[in-house]
Amino acid sequence: MTGETFFTISGLSYLLAMVVYITYLAARKNAVGAAATTITVFGFVSQTIALLMRWGDSYNFWIETSPPTTLILSLLRSAPLRNLYESLIFFVWCLILIHLIIEFRYKIRSLGAFVTPLAALTLVFIDVSGTSKEIQPLVPALQSNWLLFHVLISFLGYAAFGVSFGAGVVHLILLTESREDKAYIFWSIIVGIFIIILVAMGFDFFSVSAAKPEEVIQNYFLKSTFRSSSGGIVAISWIASVAFLFIIWRYGLGLKKILTGLSLTADLLDEITYKSIAIGFPLFTVGGLIMGAIWANSAWGKYWSWDPKETWSLITWFVYALYLHARFAAGWRGKRVTILAVVGFITVICTYLGVNLLLSGLHAYGSE
Amino acid sequence: MYHSWWFITLLILICVNLIICSLERLPKTLKLINTPMKPAGETVIKTLPVRKELKVKANLKAVKDEFFNSLAASGFHVSESTEGDSAELYSQKGKYSRLGLYIVHLSILLIFTGAIIGARFGFGGFLNLPEGETSDVAYTGGGKTIPLGFTIKCNWYNTDYYRGSDMPQEFQSELVVIEGGREVLKKVIEVNNPLTYKGITFYQSSYGMIPNAAGVFILKVTPVRGTEHVLNVQIGDTFEMPGTGLKGTINGFSPALTRDPTTGNLITYSDKLINPAVLIQFSEAGKQSFTGWILKRYPETGVLPQGHKVEFFDYWGVEYTGLQVSRDPGVWLIYLASIIMSIGLYIAFFMSNKKIWVRISPDVSGGKSFVKISVGGSASKNRLSYEKEVERIIAKATGAIEERSKK
Repeated sequence: MTGETFFTISGLSYLLAMVVYITYLAARKNAVGAAATTITVFGFVSQTIALLMRWGDSYNFWIETSPPTTLILSLLRSAPLRNLYESLIFFVWCLILIHLIIEFRYKIRSLGAFVTPLAALTLVFIDVSGTSKEIQPLVPALQSNWLLFHVLISFLGYAAFGVSFGAGVVHLILLTESREDKAYIFWSIIVGIFIIILVAMGFDFFSVSAAKPEEVIQNYFLKSTFRSSSGGIVAISWIASVAFLFIIWRYGLGLKKILTGLSLTADLLDEITYKSIAIGFPLFTVGGLIMGAIWANSAWGKYWSWDPKETWSLITWFVYALYLHARFAAGWRGKRVTILAVVGFITVICTYLGVNLLLSGLHAYGSE
Repeated sequence: MYHSWWFITLLILICVNLIICSLERLPKTLKLINTPMKPAGETVIKTLPVRKELKVKANLKAVKDEFFNSLAASGFHVSESTEGDSAELYSQKGKYSRLGLYIVHLSILLIFTGAIIGARFGFGGFLNLPEGETSDVAYTGGGKTIPLGFTIKCNWYNTDYYRGSDMPQEFQSELVVIEGGREVLKKVIEVNNPLTYKGITFYQSSYGMIPNAAGVFILKVTPVRGTEHVLNVQIGDTFEMPGTGLKGTINGFSPALTRDPTTGNLITYSDKLINPAVLIQFSEAGKQSFTGWILKRYPETGVLPQGHKVEFFDYWGVEYTGLQVSRDPGVWLIYLASIIMSIGLYIAFFMSNKKIWVRISPDVSGGKSFVKISVGGSASKNRLSYEKEVERIIAKATGAIEERSKK
């Protein structure tokens, strides 16, 4: 079997795990929960195999196309973290890893219903955004030993932030009592947009499947809905989305009822949100900002250039710093501070996807 | 925008805010660190975030000794007090971890200081240096000339490509530092591997073609059963394969030669040296024997029918190397601050001030006498993991107490 097959298996496992985790929320049967965990672990193992196989393939590719180097250097240069596709795959791997650690450590399964959709969203995004899955040669700027550490540690940080996002949203759902509450409106919009994008990408996915392989190189992201060439479809998408947001807002309290029945307490969710940020923040600072700056200095002669990625990662850093200060210096607890944690992850998405796909700059490698 | 007055003002305001807030909190933290621990008493222990209570049938002194050992093994420096029949052990560790956040704040101020030093005393410029040429200066984006204080020379520039594709694998230049007419330093720089001399660093940043330059073909020729000779020739020149009488004339050049897939003709597809090829006409004893293209990236094209080899080593003198030139006397401070920040973050997030109180008192229930042990603790962070640590301390002590009672 090829690495690609294992990636497909892991992707399908995470999608299935998402469905089973959500079923677990509704059915509250331990057997269902155990099944969800098993599927996730299975997906994680196949993804690990796939990642190692891809590393092997790109190692062979490096050996075939480059001047001879030592074994360790060749391994470092062929680490599968070189473009948007590989880094998104790696993000999913980190996300599931951190989720599984939390699931085993805190004995809570229900968080999976909020973390696996994030993994699924990322995987479907890879297929519809037309990112190249080819093993590409490493451009000279990326040929540095910092690549592996900078990307590896940043992504562990991003994944920890992803888990805090999941826990934060669940926490907000549990904390809000009325539909007039601003925090309630906030989470219902976030959850609504999340589901809308997931569904919209589901449509994209079918149009990608129906397309000829040579056409898949282009970006299909939201092309079947919001970015459709037909004005009618765009209008219907917007109307449906607004209607859906209204439904989530109107019936969101039901979601709270479902969640209250599980072994979730507001304290535990607060703890997980904080813990993930407490792990993610130092990782992101050291791996993303510090190592990035040192690398930039040795490659470009400037440790900070205010390029869009650097600026956005600084914004992310400030939002999470604000979260930590609000919690410790100002003593905020509950809704207000959790909203900051959720906003933090939105800036992570801007830092990662927004900057790579929409803006050009020194970090534009990822868009190829 | 990032160099405008209002943005700089914002950065300064952040610094001022950081200093004032840290100074405001620091005395409280120092007071927390310096206040010695006191015995807590039964009622206070019951209110602590981590609390455990158990009863054992053992001698009170034995219980006290074993808890003392267990706490010491966990890194606590234990104090003890007695009150009537009861004894209390109390201790803390990691109290200086409360300073972690100040270390992080300090590192941020150091980064700002480093940035100011760099902006005030450093410079960032560029220099396009043709192959074989020298320069004593670099240029800023604003067109200002900056004297280097020494001479820099580019021996050659070269782009390596991945085999079988036109993707650049590496950009390289050989630079020489000349001071007082003497060569003091020579280095091949590439992206991610610059040259630094007297605080000025030269980074490989771009490259390009010199307009209308006539280059030199550097050929390495090796006759069958002969040694390699290096020849420098120009277009139109004729050279001889040493000791064979075979002559070659340079008849043409293409910076990027390829075969058009539809027509099958040879064409030049770029004006950059992507796939340089030289056309050589060979003749033996005055008679033209054959003409062929020799490609730099494909040495096998240079093996002649007789077995002689002609390697197209370089087309020199037509490219320039684009160097980023900078001096930043503040960068060591940035690096130092980065290390301090990493340490500070580790202390701030992964270490905590842990306190523990163990009260040991005699207790009678159901006509039997016991020793009652109340354990209370608090941690500045990570309460759940501290709770597990307290459980381990208790388990270790009670295990040892049981061992004792068996003897």
